[in-house]
Amino acid sequence: MAAEGKAIDALGQFELQPFLGPIGEAVRFSQSNAHMLAAVGIISGLMIWGMARRAIIPGRLQAAAEMSYDFVHDLVTGQVGDEGKRFFPFVFSLFMFVLFGNLIGLLPFAFTFTSHIAVTFTLAMVVFILTTIVGIAIHGKHWFSYFVPEGAPKPLLPLIVPIEIISYLSRPVSLSVRLFANMVAGHVMLKVFATFVVMIGGAGILGIFGATLPLALNVVLIGFELLVAFLQAYVFAILTSIYLHDAVHLH
Amino acid sequence: MRLSIRSAGLGLVAGLLPALAFAADAHGDAGGGGMPQLRFNDPWMHGQIIWLLLIFGLLYYVMARYALPEVASVLEARRQRIEGDLEAAQEAKGRADAALAAHRAATAQARAEAQSAITTAAQQAQAEAAAKGEALNARLTAQIEAAEGRIAAARDAAMGALRQVATETTDALVSRLIGGVDRGAVEAAVDRELSARAAAGGRG
Repeated sequence: MAAEGKAIDALGQFELQPFLGPIGEAVRFSQSNAHMLAAVGIISGLMIWGMARRAIIPGRLQAAAEMSYDFVHDLVTGQVGDEGKRFFPFVFSLFMFVLFGNLIGLLPFAFTFTSHIAVTFTLAMVVFILTTIVGIAIHGKHWFSYFVPEGAPKPLLPLIVPIEIISYLSRPVSLSVRLFANMVAGHVMLKVFATFVVMIGGAGILGIFGATLPLALNVVLIGFELLVAFLQAYVFAILTSIYLHDAVHLH
Repeated sequence: MRLSIRSAGLGLVAGLLPALAFAADAHGDAGGGGMPQLRFNDPWMHGQIIWLLLIFGLLYYVMARYALPEVASVLEARRQRIEGDLEAAQEAKGRADAALAAHRAATAQARAEAQSAITTAAQQAQAEAAAKGEALNARLTAQIEAAEGRIAAARDAAMGALRQVATETTDALVSRLIGGVDRGAVEAAVDRELSARAAAGGRG
């Protein structure tokens, strides 16, 4: 347990471990990747197996699949417009991947792959490069006018253009750090309070009563983390949609 | 557009690798303690990113190729079904309205026809009754007249017979009482007496 010794090991949970021992070792397949695969399996199961009956009046599973479809579809078309339909599968995959990554991570013994900056930054870079390429593919050279806001006073342009470029380049950073930091903070807090439960609970009869406080706090935190899990996936998806809107429409 | 999306995907992979390499280099010295997430020179980190790209690519492929078109087709089928049902309901309502209107018209017509039939029948019956009454009246009047004629004839006949009986009786009485009779005087007396009776009867 993490409570061994005096120190609280809140960061050990983020350590990458080989999945299935030597097999994972050979191909550098960590438990993080196994959880990604599990998320993909659950998402695909929900969307394919859940829709298999093609019922006119949906059951619970089908309703959940349709609800997530409608939710992301409305989000993308609401932000990007009709042109956004081409990007809907991408945003949907992104939203579900992040959402289920966050949710699976809340299960006991599970790993949260969205708590790795490498993962969130890679996803953010996928979004960044995709939006940049889409913008240039649609608008050509005209795309660079994105960094020159309309109606800005000419003398200020030397100042505004670098700011615009920096703000554009910092998009993947803010996108990835937001998700990463949220997930790390949540899981560190859960771990710290869980360790308190074990440490205080080990201190005799009185300790068992004392341990109920951090336990109750952890129950509340789990509910809060469920909200954060959904909210961060939503933020990731909606920011992606906003970036796509900029790429398609230029402001 | 399809082509440009595909080329975007290729560019995505090509552009991502240097970016990751840069990220790994920048934090290359962050090995050992601290947050495990910041050990960018760890080969496990690289493996995680490569597998992430593969697994996310798989998810995108499954979603774009199989799952989402299926959901879209189910939603479309439902939309069409609902629209079809609404149309059918609208049609049925139209038919029901038309049927109700036809029924109302038929009822009104039937009522009007019945009214006119009743009126005609009543008039006919009245006319018939009037004709029958007149015919009966005429027959009764004729019968009454005939009966009155017969009564008058019978009375006249009776009157005639009475004069003869009275004359003969008077004649017999007078001849028995005083013997010898003036036939003319007797007849004149009887006539006088009869006409007096007739005048009295007419008055009475």
